[in-house]
Amino acid sequence: MDNAVIIEAKDNVAVAIEPIPAGVRASFCYPDGKQRAVNVREDIAIYHKFAVCDIPCGSKIIKYGEHIGEASRDILTGEHVHVHNVASVRENLEKEESL
Amino acid sequence: MSKQTFLGFARPDGRVGIRNHILILPASICASDTASLVARQVQGAVTFHNQNGCSQVGADQQWTMDIMAGFAANPNIYGTVIISLGCENCQMDLVTEAIQKRTNKPFRQVVIQQAGGTLKAVEQAVRYASELAEAASMQQRQPFPVSELIIGTECGGSDPTSGLAANPLVGCLSDLIVDLGGTSILSETTEFIGAEHILARRAVNEMVRSRIFEIVHRYEEALHMVGEEVRHGNPSPGNMAGGITTLEEKSLGCIHKGGHRPIVAVYDYAQQLHDKGLVIMDTPGNDPSSVAGMIAGGAQIVLFTTGRGTPTGNPIAPVLKITGNKLTFETMRDNLDFDASPVIYQPGSMPKLTDELFELVLQTANGKLSRAEALGFIEIAIARVCNYV
Repeated sequence: MDNAVIIEAKDNVAVAIEPIPAGVRASFCYPDGKQRAVNVREDIAIYHKFAVCDIPCGSKIIKYGEHIGEASRDILTGEHVHVHNVASVRENLEKEESL
Repeated sequence: MSKQTFLGFARPDGRVGIRNHILILPASICASDTASLVARQVQGAVTFHNQNGCSQVGADQQWTMDIMAGFAANPNIYGTVIISLGCENCQMDLVTEAIQKRTNKPFRQVVIQQAGGTLKAVEQAVRYASELAEAASMQQRQPFPVSELIIGTECGGSDPTSGLAANPLVGCLSDLIVDLGGTSILSETTEFIGAEHILARRAVNEMVRSRIFEIVHRYEEALHMVGEEVRHGNPSPGNMAGGITTLEEKSLGCIHKGGHRPIVAVYDYAQQLHDKGLVIMDTPGNDPSSVAGMIAGGAQIVLFTTGRGTPTGNPIAPVLKITGNKLTFETMRDNLDFDASPVIYQPGSMPKLTDELFELVLQTANGKLSRAEALGFIEIAIARVCNYV
């Protein structure tokens, strides 16, 4: 049974659905049915996020297929992704939509 | 009985209630304690603590008036006893006129300063309320189609399970209600921030589309004008402890409550609804004031998703609590009505859970008490623009 979920194919974070201790494999299933696993680098509390790929400082954090913020430092695959390494950024979404 | 009907109370204005309360309506904070005394004395009477109604700027007073009129007009109310002090800004004739613009249901008036103080006002109001309660008790429930239902949707004490399970489930229920000809309200403008472009794509026309952006920008600007920022306090400490990182993440989870149907209209706070289908109401993220706005708009029932578990109720409408967090469902069991966590742990369970939640909504419409009703929770809040004057 998977211990994590990923919502959209382009998401770069997944959500732990059980507590996952450091070093343990987190497994999750993409919407197309493809199974994947990464080793988490630190303890991930239940329902918290971890990176499923390396996310360089300044690049977007993607969940639900949408931007939820920007990496405020380099984040490695399997690291906890939360307020300590993510900044909230207000985007002009009306302008982006009309482009 | 067909699954697609519920047993409700017909109102003279053509609407249908799922409760048959007498509302003891305090026109201002100065009438609130008196209203509580009256409501305690009469079976079937409900009230709340109105903290406003006086010393408010025009925009704030209007919201207070809209909530009061909307509560009295809500179809769950049989009739209303309005209690005012006498000297407040929300004068008895203004409140009465606002109610009569929305409904022709019975009402009575008591002005404390004219009655000769609290005890005489209580005597008069208890007499009026008990007469209304007696008349209400004669009314029988009758079957009505689900198209008569207006559901409000709300999320509070969110965590990542809200966006994974409880909100998508409520979204499926919202789709079902809309497909059956009913109405569903998506609320909480502050929790559209970062997700407004997704909602705008679902607008039925350009006017609705631009209104969605307008209410979000208007909200942010109103806070900037007083030097404040919507991100202050949002996500809340509880949201973050649960695993929500940014307001945008919270919003993207929040809007799932609105399901997948087109958005047919955008209403200002506490305005009376006249559209069927999925609509948006411009309300704060603050739960009790958002819930109050939707109930003033005519919602007979509110579906409230929570990750952390919250107690919010309302004197007029049942507020059903739904969590997708399996731990919260155990720890906050007394406050919760429905466990949506199988959405996460049993892939493919969504259709079955939607049916079960629909069944609970119908049972609640037919009279089953929500947890918040059984606990007697009545507190409300009214949205505000600025300080008292």
